[in-house]
Amino acid sequence: MKLLYFAWVRERIGKPEEEIDPPASVRTVAELVAWLSGRGEEYAYAFENGHVIRAAIDRTHVKPETAIAGAREIAFFPPMTGG
Amino acid sequence: MTVRIQREDFDIAAEIARLSHGRHEVGAVATFTGVCRDDGIAAMTLEHYPGMAEAEIERHVEDARTRWPLLGVTVIHRFGRMVPGDNIVLVATAASHREAAFGAAEFLMDYLKTRAPFWKKEERAGGTGWVEARGADTAAAQRWGGRPEAAE
Repeated sequence: MKLLYFAWVRERIGKPEEEIDPPASVRTVAELVAWLSGRGEEYAYAFENGHVIRAAIDRTHVKPETAIAGAREIAFFPPMTGG
Repeated sequence: MTVRIQREDFDIAAEIARLSHGRHEVGAVATFTGVCRDDGIAAMTLEHYPGMAEAEIERHVEDARTRWPLLGVTVIHRFGRMVPGDNIVLVATAASHREAAFGAAEFLMDYLKTRAPFWKKEERAGGTGWVEARGADTAAAQRWGGRPEAAE
């Protein structure tokens, strides 16, 4: 699946997007965040306050407990400040 | 319904004319324009999530159309670098009567603030930094209720 990062999540991880293939044990958005956080200090830094990070699956807002099965594109970003 | 995400500025008068031209059932057009405010910043850069920004705004326009009898809606949100005085966002709503036009415009702006995937980064004398989300904006969006997934 493709991961996208925006704003300071993107800056902390150091790239705007990447392809990943998480193990089958990673079933939800929250579990994906935990798995990513173990991949390196840049990920741990980006997700250190995981509760503030928002996620979208295939361009729709989702909650941490949402299953990621079948997702093509998952995005992580801070609370939005548009308008 | 017109939803545009663009780098270029927009022409408010032209957008109003587009909503009401030749449509004699339109009795009210309400517009809200968000402008880059000078509170000590040199500039700000708006980042967005292409594809989702359009989709999310379109979902909220559809929601607004179920709540008010609207005859037309235009939402334009800019991205890129802006300086104080520049337009950032336009919401224009057309209806037969003002209640629907005012109500839908306010509803759409409240949701744009908290649900549309845009992020502002400010340039100040001391450096650059991301703008933090305001609790008051979340509260403003929540008062409309009705969209359970909108709860944060």
